Amino acid sequence: MSEGSKPETASAITLEHVHKWYGSFHVLNDISLTVRRGERVVICGPSGSGKSTLIRCVNGLERHEKGRLIVNATELTPDVRSVERVRRDVGMVFQSFNLFPHLTVLENLVLAPVWVKKMPKAEAQRIALEYLGRVHIPEQANKYPGQLSGGQQQRVAIARALCMQPQIMLFDEPTSALDPEMIKEVLDVMVELAEGGMTMIVVTHEMGFARTVANTMVFMDGGTIVEMAPPETFFTAPNSERTRKFLSQILAH
Amino acid sequence: MSQPPVTQTPDEIFAREEEPVDGLHKEEAPPRARGSVLGWMQANLFSSIPNTLVTIACAALLVITVPPLIQWAFVEAVWSAADPAQCRAAEGACWALIEQKHRFILFGLYPFDEHWRPLLAVALFVIAIAVSCFPGFWRPWLAVLWVCTLGICALLMWGGILGLTFVETERWGGLPLTLILAAVGIVCAFPISIVLALGRRSEMPAVRALSVGFIELIRGVPLISVLFMASVMVPLFLPEGVTVNKLLRALIGIVLFTAAYLAEAVRGGLQSIPRGQFEAADALGLSYWQKTVLIILPQALKIAIPPIVNQFISMFKDTSLVIIIGLFDLLTTAKTALTDPPWRPFYVESYLFAGLIYWAFSFFMSRYSLFLERRLEAGAKRA
Ligand SMILES: Nc1ncnc2c1ncn2[C@@H]1O[C@H](COP(=O)(O)OP(=O)(O)O)[C@@H](O)[C@H]1O
Ligand SMILES: [Mg+2]
Repeated sequence: MSEGSKPETASAITLEHVHKWYGSFHVLNDISLTVRRGERVVICGPSGSGKSTLIRCVNGLERHEKGRLIVNATELTPDVRSVERVRRDVGMVFQSFNLFPHLTVLENLVLAPVWVKKMPKAEAQRIALEYLGRVHIPEQANKYPGQLSGGQQQRVAIARALCMQPQIMLFDEPTSALDPEMIKEVLDVMVELAEGGMTMIVVTHEMGFARTVANTMVFMDGGTIVEMAPPETFFTAPNSERTRKFLSQILAH
Repeated sequence: MSQPPVTQTPDEIFAREEEPVDGLHKEEAPPRARGSVLGWMQANLFSSIPNTLVTIACAALLVITVPPLIQWAFVEAVWSAADPAQCRAAEGACWALIEQKHRFILFGLYPFDEHWRPLLAVALFVIAIAVSCFPGFWRPWLAVLWVCTLGICALLMWGGILGLTFVETERWGGLPLTLILAAVGIVCAFPISIVLALGRRSEMPAVRALSVGFIELIRGVPLISVLFMASVMVPLFLPEGVTVNKLLRALIGIVLFTAAYLAEAVRGGLQSIPRGQFEAADALGLSYWQKTVLIILPQALKIAIPPIVNQFISMFKDTSLVIIIGLFDLLTTAKTALTDPPWRPFYVESYLFAGLIYWAFSFFMSRYSLFLERRLEAGAKRA
């Protein structure tokens, strides 16, 4: 299947009754979720509730064991080619940045386009510099990640994912490892990305960001989706007692 | 490194994060006087009573041992003598032994009139190493240089064409043989060790079992028995009439042995790479080999430089064990030089000579690995 000939389905990501276990521990318990194209889903929930596991299943970093998971019209199956296919369309940003410390910022950005997409180096560099501009650090191209602040590193990580020109972006607590004064610069970039129409799943506890950006809020606990609602209802009139308790806890901070 | 506490305003802290500007924040000078020999001695040699005692003990040891050593090695040494009797009359070292026997020690049984050939080969080899040491020369042409150098070295050693007489490997010996064993050992064992280390961490059970089995089997056996097996047992398994050259058998033994140990050094490096590096590479869609070659190995090998070089040094010296299969490496020639009865008492000089050569190469490897570590460290930080 070539790039352009993909059937235009309305949903970017579909999870149907997805289950996963670590040994006997039921980490994902019957998760069903649909993300439309251009939709922004924000997932929150207590630590250990399975948020990371869920979004890592979406790009095959973790494999689900039951149910169906369809990303961009490709179903994730045990066949490694399905994972390769999906990863071409899905970018991911991690809590701990995970930049490659032995490469400069620019080298971090052009690596995947050149090796995975076989893009000519000059074109990859042009695109990389463009995205560095988009995340507001064009002047850092030739530095090593270790020379940048946390906020700058995370913005480079976002640019690195964007250089693969993904249709879907996954964020796993992108600001949790940052000092407070750097959180905003990263969230600003994510807001701009959302305004550009990117399909996004964001795991975060930044509720201000969630309110501005999310189309759908998801609250997870104990491996299940406890509550799923548009932000207006989610924040003002949540159905479940657990959601209400969780919100009061994190909003108190 | 602890610095004297300096109070800073948030502005100063911020300024430091951006670009350190000289003189923006005044730091207190460290209290210890700098540049004074007495100050240095007080801080490093006599800072406490135990430290002072250790200093005095070491000084005493030096006073007792060094002057007699100098006396023996230089002052009363016989530097040149055709007759060993002169040496026996003297109190000091008999360097005349080296003068008389150095060609045998260095080149073993290689035909005497052809000694210029191994000498030239060793010189070319050392030059190639020297050139390779400069990171500025790490370009594709360096590989070409090495292929040419090794080709010329082989041609010089073997001969048989271009008017050079043929010299079979049975007659190779001394320093060239030691260098061949070490260089071929390192060059062949290193890639094998990387494959073994990766195999040991593979998700494929068969690959993992094979790697673990090989590594543990070889590590459980002394090198001397690996060499012995390579020399005595391998021919038993070969069909009648097929012979494998003795040197080649030794090389195979050394390569397998070194690869197993190196693999564990490399695995240590691989294990210290955070999981996030693998995941980031996966998430970008890199294949297993792209991820391994472009992301993981460059970082893992850098971390593993000290144990890897340690292994190189130890295997360089272990090549001397090939004596048990009858190869005349440097240590064996140093020993064999003493079979000439009148020179027999002067074994210390002969072994010192060989030892100095081993030491020079080993010390060089050790220092170079330090340089490399620092340079790679700096590389990751430089703007
Ligand atoms: N590789 C693993 N093996 C076993 N348990 C794991 C593994 N990864 C995560 N877990 C467990 O699964 C649960 C969910 O983890 P995670 O998805 O990271 O939660 P969250 O991101 O919501 O904090 C946690 O209790 C964690 O301890
Ligand atoms: Mg998590």
